[in-house]
Amino acid sequence: MTVADLAFYAFAIVTVAAALMVTLSRNPVHSVLWLILTFLSSAGLFVLLGAEFVAMLLIIVYVGAVAVLFLFVVMMLDIDFAELKGEMAKYMPLGLLVGVVIIMQLALGVGAWVQADGAMGLRGAVAPDPLQVENTRALGLLIYDKYLMLFQLSGLILLVAMIGAIVLTLRHRRDIKRQNVLHQMWRDPKKAMELVDVKPGQGL
Amino acid sequence: MVGLEHYLIVAAALFVIGIFGIFLNRKNVIVILMSIELMLLAVNINFVAFSSMSGDLVGQVFTMFVLTVAAAEAAIGLAILVVFFRTRGTIEVEDANVMKG
Repeated sequence: MTVADLAFYAFAIVTVAAALMVTLSRNPVHSVLWLILTFLSSAGLFVLLGAEFVAMLLIIVYVGAVAVLFLFVVMMLDIDFAELKGEMAKYMPLGLLVGVVIIMQLALGVGAWVQADGAMGLRGAVAPDPLQVENTRALGLLIYDKYLMLFQLSGLILLVAMIGAIVLTLRHRRDIKRQNVLHQMWRDPKKAMELVDVKPGQGL
Repeated sequence: MVGLEHYLIVAAALFVIGIFGIFLNRKNVIVILMSIELMLLAVNINFVAFSSMSGDLVGQVFTMFVLTVAAAEAAIGLAILVVFFRTRGTIEVEDANVMKG
């Protein structure tokens, strides 16, 4: 057993165990932390597969952005999580049943899987030798050339998601006092103040 | 020697854990969203494993697109969750049965 194999088993076990803890832990903050561990160790799996760029992307995008977003929302909302967890045991048998059925189906699929004869000839973009063209460079040459349209469209998806998230969460509260800049600018000093000559002993 | 099947088994386990998490945390939308992220990660592992083993870079390109969609989905989902919590004061999915704001 080589070092790479040992690393694979370590990363695989940590990935699956952390994923289980995401679903089982009682505190959602712990769930998010286990999710971060899952992403980190699967980034390790990607490095073992020779996909360094995707691994680093996984760390930057998931650990750096998505997991922090989850953490932010979990901590921002004031939720009684103990109450939500109360019926967890009720759904455990059904979940286990469905899980076992699906894993048996997937095992059948993986066990019966063979590569087709002409599969190697149908490759869309044959990976160059990693010693000559490194992974990031090869991916960049592919994305900015052959998949430019899809790349731009994925940027558009992110833009739509950003605008959608802002539109959804933007709240215009009416019960607070706001500054109206134009109203302030157009204010006329002559109308703003009135001088009244109050006679002594009379009042207004 | 670790081959393609090993990675496929890890991905299958992650996918099933994601489905299991959705069943188990029926009420907590945040954990359901995290389970969906786990399932998308399983898809990504499959993509990268096949890409690496067959020497085809297209799998890694599509992994990036899946990553993009997953990030957008998480952002929108959490935004909807925040709005839902503001209006209802809870995040239980079973309460989300009235299509009114």
